[in-house]
Amino acid sequence: MQEIRSFVNGRVFPVTPIEPTLIPFVLSQVSAGFPSPADDYIESEIDLNKELIRHPAATFCVRAAGDSMIDAGIKPNATLIVDRMIETKSGDIVIARIGDEMCVKELFIDDEGKIFLVPKNVNYKPIIIDENMDFEIWGKVICSINKH
Amino acid sequence: MQNAIALLDCNNFYASCERVFDASVKRKPIVVLSNNDGCVIARSQEAKEIGVTMGAPLFKVESLLTDHDAEIFSSNYALYGDMSSRVMNLLHNFTPKVEIYSIDEAFLNLEPRKHSLDNLAHSIREKMYQWTGIPVSIGIAETKVLAKIANRRAKREELREKGVLNLYRSPQTEPILKDTLIQDVWGIGYRSSLKLKANNILTAWQLRETDNRFIRRLLTVVGARIALELRGIKCLPLEQSSMKKHSITCSRSFGQIITNYGLIKEATLYFLTRACEKMRHHNLAANAVTVFISTDRFRPVPAPYSPSATYSSTYPTDSNQELQEWTLSTLERIYNKDYEYRKAGIILSGLVPNEQLTKRMFDDERFQQQHKVMKAIDEINRKFGKDTVRFGSVKIEGRWKMKQTRKSQSYTTNWNELLIVR
Repeated sequence: MQEIRSFVNGRVFPVTPIEPTLIPFVLSQVSAGFPSPADDYIESEIDLNKELIRHPAATFCVRAAGDSMIDAGIKPNATLIVDRMIETKSGDIVIARIGDEMCVKELFIDDEGKIFLVPKNVNYKPIIIDENMDFEIWGKVICSINKH
Repeated sequence: MQNAIALLDCNNFYASCERVFDASVKRKPIVVLSNNDGCVIARSQEAKEIGVTMGAPLFKVESLLTDHDAEIFSSNYALYGDMSSRVMNLLHNFTPKVEIYSIDEAFLNLEPRKHSLDNLAHSIREKMYQWTGIPVSIGIAETKVLAKIANRRAKREELREKGVLNLYRSPQTEPILKDTLIQDVWGIGYRSSLKLKANNILTAWQLRETDNRFIRRLLTVVGARIALELRGIKCLPLEQSSMKKHSITCSRSFGQIITNYGLIKEATLYFLTRACEKMRHHNLAANAVTVFISTDRFRPVPAPYSPSATYSSTYPTDSNQELQEWTLSTLERIYNKDYEYRKAGIILSGLVPNEQLTKRMFDDERFQQQHKVMKAIDEINRKFGKDTVRFGSVKIEGRWKMKQTRKSQSYTTNWNELLIVR
């Protein structure tokens, strides 16, 4: 990438670099006959990063331990993709810090603004967050990957 | 209305990076140690408050740290580097004009016409914490030198909670410059500060008020620029392309003293391998390799000895094989068996884009082939892990390996070391 800068009175006027543009490569040769019917359907490859991650710089992967979220489809050892740029709301699956512990739970906020962290497993009880707790929402889980 | 310059600085960056992933150290004092776990190179606010000084050798502060239940970390550069590039990347959400100044600092060009600077700064600070977990401080003013002063102030106790100080067209500028010592002005080195002091210029304000022709005579045009910047006149432009690499260095102290040539060779070739990977990652090739070795800085045996030598070639290369030949012939020249070594390193320089490699008069075919082999090796190692494929002469980190007994996980760069959540 080329950047041209000129200095006038010590100020800088950056010229926006031109981003390289990828042009789809058309496979069939130009010929006098019929064009290949496939040329109308050029598509790029399927890219999981592009599909799953909207904000790469603010997205982290973490690993789930235990089965407290099993009914939300998060098995033990699942890889969770966490986007810290998306604002969280009630009903989201979030990574939260309570004191010294990092956990994955469903965030639930009731009509009075009371916050709960709800496990998705009948064997576990919801955690009520009271005002004196050292609590922080770390990010929103946007996807979980279970290996089979 | 001229644009404002902001200096954004990540607070206690290395310690803050550790805190993003390790909830158990959120409230504890933290220190991060230099290579080989020697000295303190970063401290959390709590560690500063209990009196741990910067650069203190671990053995001197260890009992103090234990008494305060502090956490001690070996440096984890994979983590800090990744977190730094995330922060820098995200800054582009606020302005396209960003100069990355260091691993934890960046200058931003902000337009006062478009935003309230105070609101913008607070929003940057809040969002940065939300998006990355890293707390930052922001100083704003008309120029870089003033922004640097504003940033320093923003970190003071009375402003720490707020984390922002806006001196852009502010009446606060004068009292703050009067309260800033000359040696604390960005760009004024130790020698310049002595010259200024000898002329009774002791504060930033005095420097600003001194006749510029006098400053120019005393400190040349470099010093005169600083004085102008203190007056709010921009002389140091934002350098947005500063990421261009001129050289790549890989050097480390050994975990123990080494005299044996074989081990030094091993270590040097290992450093070369790392540097080469980095170089090819940036699509570069080198014209020269510098090799240096050194005795222990604190206990040189039998005497201080730190030779270095450079091999340079007409043809730049990105092939390990060739660079290894250059490195070894250079190392042989400087190695002396009578000394005990503590450190070695290599520098790749004369870097050029590797797609423009000159066609060679002789042996071009062999070289092109090596070029392809290297690319393939890098690809495999990226996929399957460091050193999956390596040259026979390069041993995996051996006896000279760094002491890093307290390193945290590479949370963001290694699948096997992700943060565990319950």
